[in-house]
Amino acid sequence: MNLTAVASIYRFEMARFFRTITQSLVSPVLSTSLYFVVFGTAIGSRIQSVEGVSYGAFIVPGLIMLSVMTQATSNASFGIYFPKFIGTIYELLSAPVNFLEITLGYVGAAATKALFIGAVILFTSFFFVDISIAHPFWMLAFLILTCISFSLLGFIIGIWAGNFEQLQLIPLLIITPLVFLGGSFYSITMLPPVWQTITMFNPVVYLISGFRWAFLDTADVPVGISLLAIALFTGACMAAIWWIFRTGWRIRQ
Amino acid sequence: MTAIVSVRNLRKAYDTGFEALKSVNLDIKEGEILALLGPNGAGKTTLISTICGITVPTSGTVTVGGHDIGSGYRAARGLIGLVPQEINLEPFETVINSVRFSRGLFGKPRNDAYLDKILKQLSLFDKKDSKIMTLSGGMKRRVLIAKALSHEPRVLFLDEPTAGVDVELRKDMWAVVAELKAAGVTIILTTHYIEEAEAIADRIGVISKGEILLVQDKDELLAQMGKKQLVVELQEPVAAIPDVLKSYDLDLADDGRSVIYTYETTGERTGIVTLLSDLQKAGLNMADMKTQQSSLEDIFVGLVKETA
Repeated sequence: MNLTAVASIYRFEMARFFRTITQSLVSPVLSTSLYFVVFGTAIGSRIQSVEGVSYGAFIVPGLIMLSVMTQATSNASFGIYFPKFIGTIYELLSAPVNFLEITLGYVGAAATKALFIGAVILFTSFFFVDISIAHPFWMLAFLILTCISFSLLGFIIGIWAGNFEQLQLIPLLIITPLVFLGGSFYSITMLPPVWQTITMFNPVVYLISGFRWAFLDTADVPVGISLLAIALFTGACMAAIWWIFRTGWRIRQ
Repeated sequence: MTAIVSVRNLRKAYDTGFEALKSVNLDIKEGEILALLGPNGAGKTTLISTICGITVPTSGTVTVGGHDIGSGYRAARGLIGLVPQEINLEPFETVINSVRFSRGLFGKPRNDAYLDKILKQLSLFDKKDSKIMTLSGGMKRRVLIAKALSHEPRVLFLDEPTAGVDVELRKDMWAVVAELKAAGVTIILTTHYIEEAEAIADRIGVISKGEILLVQDKDELLAQMGKKQLVVELQEPVAAIPDVLKSYDLDLADDGRSVIYTYETTGERTGIVTLLSDLQKAGLNMADMKTQQSSLEDIFVGLVKETA
């Protein structure tokens, strides 16, 4: 295991994050604050409570997940797409590193960035609503697992993408709708029965439900199933990446 | 000398059916400078990319320092530094961070003293904290070399290091290559500038259409082809070479206006002095004379044309 290489990739990627720290942090904090103002205060004041907590507090886990998922995906996809775009990928391909080390470096950095943003949003939300965390360990566990699994997904997208348009395509057309329809802003018990069934096919539901359980101790689906879902998703992404590097798909001619 | 890079029956065919390399065999000796000459699209870059691990071979084997590039890729790649043809650099990063990154990728512990030495050698030291995007084209090319040298490789591949580079920088680059050779680094460079190969290489390989046509010691190659011709222009044309000059093996050209004498530069006596006096004795008056030598360029063009 070439751990020095993993650390080098990680440091190099984190340097990009810190170079653009304003852009990296201000934008998620600003958009989260807007959500709190619009949904939590303006609309939320008309909603009595959801599952026994104020609407403002109810949406905190969903809001964190929304940002973490989109940031993890876009950070990881950009991280590996950019070397492909500017040609510096030759260095990775000719270095004594294997797929595991490359993935660890890029995905580790993207997951760290997303985790950082998640923590900042959580911190921001304390200023707007009164929240408590019922299961801090599981809260952290769900957060970290989500950061990792969506960074893995982003990594695959970055390898697949042939241009900047494709890089935006999957996050825009698939991830954002899934996250919005995955119960970020509502409990799925609020939906008509037919839609409740359809929603069960949305993998994001399990992640948000599990994360919300860690905060509020109430969940739409059992926590065990949430954990299983995220494990399956992570496993599928890792298998895909293993296949990509084994065949050289889209990277090695 | 032993071969540090050994290529056996290497073939590379792309999915489109295009055969970029057709059964290439090549041994690169430790410590030498080998210049690979070839026209555009000859397979120079594909050969380098395959040895370095960027391109997967269709068949054949390559070993570097005795390690197979497939089964022993870590050991093999660890010995190699690669300077690509295109200027591929992260524009927003500083020179030193970019070079540190390269060293780390090869699993070497941080050693800023060594990196500073390389940057000084490449006249980049005062730019080490500058962002790469602010550097000139020639400096960027030197950053690529610094990155390739950052992990102390034993074999350095330079893919057209002086393409599009001005004369002064080209000379600088040659000086850097000479220093590296003195430090014991084996260097393989591709070029389509023949004078470059002539100036710095120990051996010259000619590649065309995915095949190695020739690999030979540069001096031997030049000596072998090193025939010189003396062309004597005459004041009055002659119909035939006079009998008294038959022993010289002369040719007539320009409708009898010139006499051409071919001789070996390596011979002790060229015979020019006696020829000139014999010409006068035979009653041929000279108007002008010049000498010409076959160059690597002639050899190269001749070889490549044969396969075309």
